[in-house]
Order: sequence, then structure tokens, then C-alpha cells
Amino acid sequence: MIRFLLNRELRVEEQLDPNMTVLNYLRTKARKTGTKEGCASGDCGACTVVLGEPDGDRIRYKSVNSCLTFVSALNGKQLITVEDLKQGNQLHPAQQAMVDCHGSQCGFCTPGIVMSMFALGKNSAKNVGTPGKEEIHEALAGNLCRCTGYRPIVEAAEKMYDDVTPDSFDTEQAATLARLREIQPQTQVELSDGAKTAFNPSSLSELAGLLEQHPDARLVAGGTDLALEVTQFHREIPRLIYVGDIAEMKQVRVTDEQIELGAAAPLTDCYQALSQDYPDFGALLHRFASLQIRNQGTLGGNIGNASPIGDSPPALIALGAQLVLRKGKQTRTIDLQDYFIDYKVTAQQPGEFIEKVLVPRAAANGEFRSYKLSKRIDDDISAVLGCFNLVVRDGVVQSARIAYGGMAAIPKRASLCEQALTGAAWNRDTINKAKQALAQDFAPISDFRASREYRQVTAVNLLTRYFVELESPEAETRVTAYV
Amino acid sequence: MSNHQNNKKSYAEMLELTKQDLVTGVGRSVKHESAAKQVSGEAIYVDDRLEFPNQLHVYARMSEKAHARITKLDVTPCYNFPGVAIAITAQDVPGQLDIGAVAPGDPLLADGVVEYYGQPVLAVAANDLETARKAAMAAIVEYEELEPVLSVEQALEQEHFVTEPHTHKRGDSAAALASAKHRISGSAHIGGQEHFYLETQISSVVPTEDGGMIVFTSSQNPTEIQKLVAEVLGVSFNNVQIDMRRMGGGFGGKETQAAMPACLAAVVAHLTRRPAKMRLPRMEDMMMTGKRHPFFNQYVVGFDDNGLITGCEMKLAGNCGYSPDLSNSIVDRAMFHSDNGYYLGDATITGYRCKTNLASNTAYRGFGGPQGLIMPEIILDDIARRLGKDPLEVRKHNLYGGEGRDTTHYFQKVEDNDLPEMIADLEESCEYQKRRREIRQYNASSPILKKGLALTPVKFGISFTATFLNQAGALIHIYTDGSIHLNHGGTEMGQGLNTKVAQIVAEEFQVDFDTIKITATNTDKVPNTSPTAASSGADLNGKAAQNAARTIKQRLVEFAARHFNVTEEDVSFSNNYVVIRDEVLPFAEFIQLAYFNQISLSSTGFYRTPKIYYDRDNARGRPFYYFAYGVACSEVVVDTLTGEYKILRADILHDVGASLNPAIDIGQVEGAFVQGAGWLTSEELVWNDQGRLMTSGPASYKIPAITDMPIDFRVRLVENRKNREDTVFHSKAVGEPPFMLGISVFCAIKDAIASVADYRVSPAIDAPATPERVLWAIQRMEAFAQQTDPDTVTEPA
Repeated sequence: MIRFLLNRELRVEEQLDPNMTVLNYLRTKARKTGTKEGCASGDCGACTVVLGEPDGDRIRYKSVNSCLTFVSALNGKQLITVEDLKQGNQLHPAQQAMVDCHGSQCGFCTPGIVMSMFALGKNSAKNVGTPGKEEIHEALAGNLCRCTGYRPIVEAAEKMYDDVTPDSFDTEQAATLARLREIQPQTQVELSDGAKTAFNPSSLSELAGLLEQHPDARLVAGGTDLALEVTQFHREIPRLIYVGDIAEMKQVRVTDEQIELGAAAPLTDCYQALSQDYPDFGALLHRFASLQIRNQGTLGGNIGNASPIGDSPPALIALGAQLVLRKGKQTRTIDLQDYFIDYKVTAQQPGEFIEKVLVPRAAANGEFRSYKLSKRIDDDISAVLGCFNLVVRDGVVQSARIAYGGMAAIPKRASLCEQALTGAAWNRDTINKAKQALAQDFAPISDFRASREYRQVTAVNLLTRYFVELESPEAETRVTAYV
Repeated sequence: MSNHQNNKKSYAEMLELTKQDLVTGVGRSVKHESAAKQVSGEAIYVDDRLEFPNQLHVYARMSEKAHARITKLDVTPCYNFPGVAIAITAQDVPGQLDIGAVAPGDPLLADGVVEYYGQPVLAVAANDLETARKAAMAAIVEYEELEPVLSVEQALEQEHFVTEPHTHKRGDSAAALASAKHRISGSAHIGGQEHFYLETQISSVVPTEDGGMIVFTSSQNPTEIQKLVAEVLGVSFNNVQIDMRRMGGGFGGKETQAAMPACLAAVVAHLTRRPAKMRLPRMEDMMMTGKRHPFFNQYVVGFDDNGLITGCEMKLAGNCGYSPDLSNSIVDRAMFHSDNGYYLGDATITGYRCKTNLASNTAYRGFGGPQGLIMPEIILDDIARRLGKDPLEVRKHNLYGGEGRDTTHYFQKVEDNDLPEMIADLEESCEYQKRRREIRQYNASSPILKKGLALTPVKFGISFTATFLNQAGALIHIYTDGSIHLNHGGTEMGQGLNTKVAQIVAEEFQVDFDTIKITATNTDKVPNTSPTAASSGADLNGKAAQNAARTIKQRLVEFAARHFNVTEEDVSFSNNYVVIRDEVLPFAEFIQLAYFNQISLSSTGFYRTPKIYYDRDNARGRPFYYFAYGVACSEVVVDTLTGEYKILRADILHDVGASLNPAIDIGQVEGAFVQGAGWLTSEELVWNDQGRLMTSGPASYKIPAITDMPIDFRVRLVENRKNREDTVFHSKAVGEPPFMLGISVFCAIKDAIASVADYRVSPAIDAPATPERVLWAIQRMEAFAQQTDPDTVTEPA
């Protein structure tokens, strides 16, 4: 049984297919058709809804793709859909601004855009004045519009701040918060349709127990990749364990030595801690899928998924991150680079799960840079991702950690290149030798994102960029600096 | 609804109001009629309609071969799934199997042979879509593979065409080329484009008595859906009613190819007597339906020392996919636009319609025009580099104008050429020359990033080139409360057509916009309509609605003159009132009076475009009523290490004649520009060697996202420029022409690449200019730049 608020109405669902997405729930079960299906793969944002959850004395609002969210993730939350924004005949400021700025043409992406704008408004309400273009782009990078070219949408996102009167969500926040507190999960819940079951454990020990009981169960954190198995590949997942209700796994803690990131902490939560120490990691996370995905997706998921094109592993490997793996009561810590064994094969044992990710603080590392190459700046999968972390002292390379995504069956270090650099003088001659070594490190494949030759050539060129950036900090080196 | 009745005004007040302008009429930035409903989720698309208790959902199983004979097709396993109502194959179609739009060639379900990977082979209807899909996948389909033709070059070589080639010829191009001072030849692959309307193809049908069908569809072409549904069912057209309220985007993709889901759902509904809906999941939509035609274009051009083109030959080969669909007209339009705004000298332009084993490529905003129009821009860049001139100078030099230089290669006189003036205007306002100098300086000192700049024009012919399509109808009712019901034959896909047509009627009757309600386009109300395509929606339907309004208005004027014993000249409509010499009546009151005096308050309206004709046998005529013009200047920055780029700034000056609605027109211009830029940059279609589309979803096919918009985006409409032709309120069409302003981005990227070799050579690059293609072009430039003796080098291929 799960309990949640659908807009302002309490819903208790005893029996549901746990493979059902929130989008299908809304459109077929709740008959709320304002939320649209554009792709069912989390790439277009037409299905964007907002989830509200208690966060101290306020409600935190997050835009998510309803097509990638399984219903059991709704437990204890408020699901806000486009139908709930308009009160009586009064459009919400986000809606009114879209009308005033001519931000909708065919209107099919519009509900999703309105929901992303609504979440933006809620989350930057504390800021003085209008958010910058960068913040607006970040909020809307996961919402495709084929009609407008986006200019009027950006204008609407600015204009909605003109209306400073509290909306119904503000005026009812205390009451809604109280209602949400009442339905917060205290213990493990289950949702089943008889054949398939989803478990929502509420503690690490419950999770460990469940996994030992159901070693075949699939772990769901954000579910932003797993849900594709259902929506795109039409597989059935009989056992799901949702880890999003486990507070211990969602913590982000920064100590003097390290940044500890709970495996189920959404990427948006990891952003703050990582970008502080590593601005380039922040820049990378800005281009990691879309905000909707980052609001759901987790580092644990991105690592555990073991994709050769996940964006966080190369960066984390370059930084020397470690994983804490847990099975039952036993934990062990391994270097992240040792986690990846072969294509989709990891060091994780049956019944074992990733509990947290440990990242050394910046003081323990060198100059970190990460470069993501893709056809499109927003919400695209990397053709190549290169991450560099060199310590250069007195003109000599003391240590080098360089890792790439998209170049091999796993995220992988460029060992030959690292060898060529380590101990050598930091100059163009060394870089040229290291580039030759780097060309031997990988044998990438060709696919629709890029050819093997492009991957090879750019992987090598990224080392040039790293060198230029360190040597000539004033030089403009990235087109993404212009966005 | 206006509420003048509740708000009794004095005579003086009313008289004062009649002297003021209507604020929601023509020329005003009235909001899109559905905007408030769209932002609140209340606007209903086909999939949002309430379903019936016995609703069926249809799923089509796709071919997994590009070309094969079907050796076995057994749907019995489909019935093992509870909830399955029916599984159909080509044999089950009661009427005509072929749903080809113009010429046959598109079987609704494969008939013994499959001709592309993704072709519907069978369809299953069940209580829900997932069951239908599972059941469809359980059918047994066996193939014997046949040799596919997957590349346009192969088709061209084998003369494997869907229809015959066609040639435009003026003068003796061979002689002109032979005697030209300079000659350049080259070729370019111009990529296709997925429409990526946010709402995928969908139709929902309800069987009626007499074997009829009501079809709720997302289609740009209700009349054609009506025809095809009637034909596949084997019933007369008057048994089929099409209802089309709005599309979640069309862009040409729903001109012909909305028919397949409509017809499949109709066949299922016909056979089961149950309502049926077919909505294509995104991947199926992308694999089953056609796209913008990729083209392979070859050219030879001769020119003098000033860069003036004296002779030109082009071969434009459209990759049509497996069937004719609209390809004949699309390749024609590519040919009609292979001059853009330039006089080509003696020219021979030949268009080829290549048949390949891909989904049947179809209409897409610009309708082949862009694939032809980009060629002179590529050619003029080449000429400029060869002569060491700025490309803008060469472009200006070759524009139409002056004695003997004002006729196209298909012998239409260019009578309204606004380009020289518009280019001069934009060149100045965007500070082209100053920025050109700044960019050269920047590039000289920037080690990795290089900037590029390009200013390119667009001249686009308006009218369907199939002349008979240039007709439209409308229907207006005025009810006794003064509210107006309006229908026309056009379809609303987001472009604001309903808003514009309602503004036109508002202007005619001089009533507020919200007095007028437009409901779904419906074949019961306005019959025999043309597709909403060729940018013609407002031109044609606006005029038809205007004519309907004028018919009623004339009756009202005659009535008023009679009734009040005044002359017709004494009767006027103004800002929600009717002035009858000294009397002033609120519109609604006047309408009521007319009703009680037995005046007909309903009328149809009709319009056909004058002046146009095209003699295809002699390849000459006036296919276009007029031309629409635009100019864009784009600046980009390119990374020479990776080929990545970003649009920094775009300035646009576009001509819409006297705008019907400036906000909507600017929305069209901006949206078209970004879509055009997407076509030439990140939107890459990739098929594997089996003919399977690998970029079959938004995860792999990248349309522009918000950050792709130019950082600095300045769009202006040409002011005070009425269409010289008698179009509706002297406006101009706007849907397609600005799409090709995106070519300025492509040329700006090439400009940045050319900077690597100090602009001494023109980089050859196929479209789309993905980062990978850009990087290879940069590497060729670097290799060129390193060669010591530029006289002995050959240009990179």
C-alpha cells in the first residue's frame, strides 16, 4: 500500500502494478490528461510533474519525468500536476507568463514546461529578483519544444517573477506539510498487483535484509535508467526495491578528508558538495542529463548501472573515489576503478549494494578538469568524456589520474598516458609524448554518436585542452563557456 | 463573449467607441486562441479524449527487414493474449489497400513484400496498448531477404526512381560553363530531418451506422484522411467524418503520414464494430514514418573575376524512401529554390527522385525548398573563398535585379524583390562589417576557439506548386446573441492559424476576438479542403473566411439600408457596433434585429489563388503567387579541438508583408530559425547497414534544446511593407520561409572553419555539421594551412 497526495487529494493505493509509471497512472488511472507523453524515455520533458516532499519546515519541490518514475516512489509525497496550478479561473503566474509571452504554440510540451517553471519558481523564491538565464536554462534543459525556439519561454520564466503574491501552494504550505508528515513512511511498505511487488524499505538494515531475501530483485534509486527497461524494452520487473525512502542512503556529508555521498542521494544534492571542491565536476553535473533526471537520478545508480557512457564514473575515478559496498551487516570499501570489470560486469556480489561514494577533498587532489563531448550541449549522452587530475609541482608531474568514458566497455583510466606524464617535466614536449601514449590506451567503437576515429582524435585533443587551460588560464578554451 | 447587452451605454458613449480601433483585430498581437488551455492542461489532444468502455488500442508490428519477401505470416498466436480483439494483415482490409497520397505505392499493411525496416506488417487491437503490442510481437513473420537499396548514390547510379527526373533549363549552361573565367564543382550530402512533433501520430475512430466512421485525428489534411479511410473501408466519402481540433505539432509530418494510424484504426473499428485508437509510441513513430528528404546534390558553376555567376548546372537527388508519397513535388520545390535569391545565369537544374528502402520521406517545413536553397549558399561561399572575397559581397553581387537579371530559371519574373534593401538594412543593424573585423582579430589570437559569421538571405515561393491545391473554404454562423462560430479548412498545429483567421473575421465584422469561436476542423462543415501546408494556411483560409464574412456582411448591410431606410454607404461596422447613419447599435442587438427580420446569418466562403500556373512539360510558368523574403546573420564559436560549437548571436529581418499578428509571426520566425539550425547542426539521422534507423528516439536524435538558442537573438519583421499582391490584408505567408534562415548558422560554422586556413579555401562539409564533421573539416583546413605552396595544393574534397 502506498499513500500520497495527488495534488490536494489523499490517495491510498492498495493494489497497483509496481511497474506502472506515474505518467500512466495519471493518464489512465487518475484520468488526468494534462500531463503528456512525448517519448516515454525521459528525454523530452512533456510529462514533467513536480514532487513535493517535507524538507524541515518547508516543502521541497522537484521536477521529475513522470514517464520514468514508478508509482511506488510517490509514497509519502505530494504529486503536483499541471491541473492543480490554476485555481478557479486564475492561472498560476508560471502559466500566465507563458500566455503573456506567447510561450505556447502547439501546446503539447507546454504542461511540462509550465511544471518545470513552477518548480523553478518554488526553489528560487528565496532569491531576490529573477533568476539568471543560466538557472532558467538549467531548469528547462530537459524540456524540448519544437515550435518556439525557446526565446519566449525564457522570457516567460523571467516574467513569472513579476507576480510576487503568494500562490495557493505557499498559503497552504503549512497545512500540506502537516498532511505530508502524516503519511511519511515509518516502516517498510510494499506495493503489489499480486504478480509483481515493489518494496520500499525505510532503513539500511531493512534493505540489506530484503536483498538477502530477494537477491534477484532490482534496486531502484532514481529509476531513470531502470524504467526504460519497462517503457522502451517492454520487460517486466517482478521484484523492485526502492531505496529512495532510506534517509541514511540519501545523506551528503563533507568532512575534512572526504565528501561522503549516500548512494541514493539525488544528483542535485551531490552537486552542491562536489562543485564546491571541483567546479568542473559541477559543470559536468550541469550537463548530466536534465534537471528532472538529476532530481531523481543518483550517483549510486549511475555507478551501479555500470554503463560505459555514464557521466559520473570517469570523473570519480579521476578523483580517486571509493565505494562502500554493503551486504547484510558487512561493508567493504573498494576503489571505484576496481568496481568496473567488463561491459556491465562489476565487482558487486549478489545481495550486495552500494551504500555510499567517498570522494577525497580538493586539497588531496591536483588540477581537476572534465570535458564532455556530445552532439548537443543540453541533455545528451557523451560521445567522449575525459577527466583529468594532475598534480604538478616545480614543473614536474607528480601524479596523473586520467579517466575516460565512451572509450571502452567500461569507464577506464588512460594508463599509458598517465605513465608518460608521471615524473616528466610539465611542458609541450611531454604532452606530445603523452598524447601518443594516449592514442594507444583505447580502442573505442563507432556508433551513431561518433565514429571510433572521432573518439580517438578528440580523446587525445582533450589533453591539449587541459594543457592549454593550465598553462594559459586566460585563453578561451570551451564553447560551453558561452552558454 | 462580449457583454454589451448587460452594459447599456449611452448613445454618446457608443459613438465614442465606434471611433476607436478594434484592439483584437488584424495586425494585433492577439494571444494564441488556445494558450490559456494549453498552459493549464485543459486543451484536449486526440489521446486526451475520454475513452469508450469498449475502446480498442491498435499496435502495428514493424518489418525487421529493409527489403524482403514475406514467406510466412501467421497471426494465430496473437489470439493467445487475453484482451485481443483482432489481428489483421493486408488481406483483412475490406476496401483498397493502398493509401498513397498522390500516387499508389503505400500499402496500409505490407502485401507480400516489405520495402523498409519499420514498415507495418500486421496490426493487433486489444483492450490496452501493451497487450496489443505483446500479441503483435507473438505473430509469426518469416522473410526471404531481397537486395535493398540503401544509399541515394546507389539509387542514382541504378536510376532507381519513384518518379521520372525533371529539368529546368534556361539558356545554354554547358556553353556558359565552358566560357567561364572560373569554374568550381562539388557535391554535398544534405541530411534529412525527423519532424519530432511532440505529439506522435494518432487517430481515434468511432464506427457509426451505415458503415461510417467518425475519425478524431491529428492531421494536417482532414480531407485526405476522409478519402483514404473511405477507400480502405470501401465506402463513399460521405460516410466518413473527420474531426481535427489541434495537433501537438505537425511541421509537414502529418500532411500525408497521419493516414496510416487513421486507416488502421478505421479498419479495426470496421471489423470489430468497436471504437479504436492508434497512437504511435515515439520509437515506432520515428521508424515507421518518413522524414525530410536527405539530398545528394552535385554542382558545377562558372563565374567571373567579380564572382558573378554566369552559368550553373545542378543535379539534385532526393532520397525519397520506398514510395512516391509527395516526393515529386518536394524535389520540384528543391529545384524551384536552387536559385534562392540569385540570378544563376544559364542554368540547368535537374531533380532526381531516388527510390531507396527507407521509410517514405515526406513533407517537412520548406518541402524540399531548403535542400535546394542551401546549394547557392554553399556555392557562393566557394566562389568567395576562391576569389578571396567576403562571402557577403559575392552574395550581394549575385542577387536578382536589373535588366535581364530578374527572371528565374523556371521563367517566373521576380517582381517584388526586397532582398537588396533588406540585406543592406540587416548588414548595417547587425554591424556585419565591424564584427567581421573583430572576428578576424579574435581568431588570430585565440588558440583553440574560432568564431565565424555569415549573413544569408531567403527567397521562398508561396503557393502549392500543384496549382489546384490553392483553394480553400470556410463556414461562418452568427448566432442570435451575436456570437460567431467559425470553421475553415485549415488545421491548427500550433502555428496560430485559428487565431489569425478569427482575427480576420473579427476585423471584418468589427467585433472582439473573443466573440468568435473556432471549433475543430471538420469535413462535415468545410469539405474538399487542401492540406494545411506550403505556408498557405492563413493566405487561403483567411481569404475564404473573409469571403464568408463579407457575404453575411453584405446581407446585413442590405438589410440595414432597407430597414432603416438609409443607403448602404450609411451602414458601417466599427469596434463592436453597427453605425446606421445616426443610429448606433451594439453588434449583438443588430444581429438579433436581423434575425427577427429573417436574414440568413450563415454563409460559406471560398477562395482560389489567382494568377498562378505551371507548365511542367516546358518547365516554365508562374508557380508562385509571390515570394517571401528573409535575411539572417549568425555568429558562432567553434572548438578546433573537438568540433563543438555554439550560436552566439543571430540577427533576423523577415518579411511577412503586413503582419496579421506580429507576435505569432515572430514566434514562427524564431521557431523556424531554431528548427532550421537544428536540421543543419545536431539533428543527425543514422541508419545502420541493415537500413534500420539507429537514431529512433530523443536520446539519440538531438533536436535543439534551450541552450541551443542563440545567446543573443534579435528578430525584426520588415515594417510598413504590404504584400504587393492582393493577399488577405496584404500579409505574407510565414510558416516555412524563415526555416531557411538557419542556413546562416551552417555558413557561419563554415566561416569559422575557413579561418583555420586564413579563409583561403572553402571547407567542404556535409549537413548536418555535427561536431564530428566540423572537426574533420578543421583537420583538412589545418593540413591545407601547413602546405607551403598554396598554388600547388588541391582543395580538400
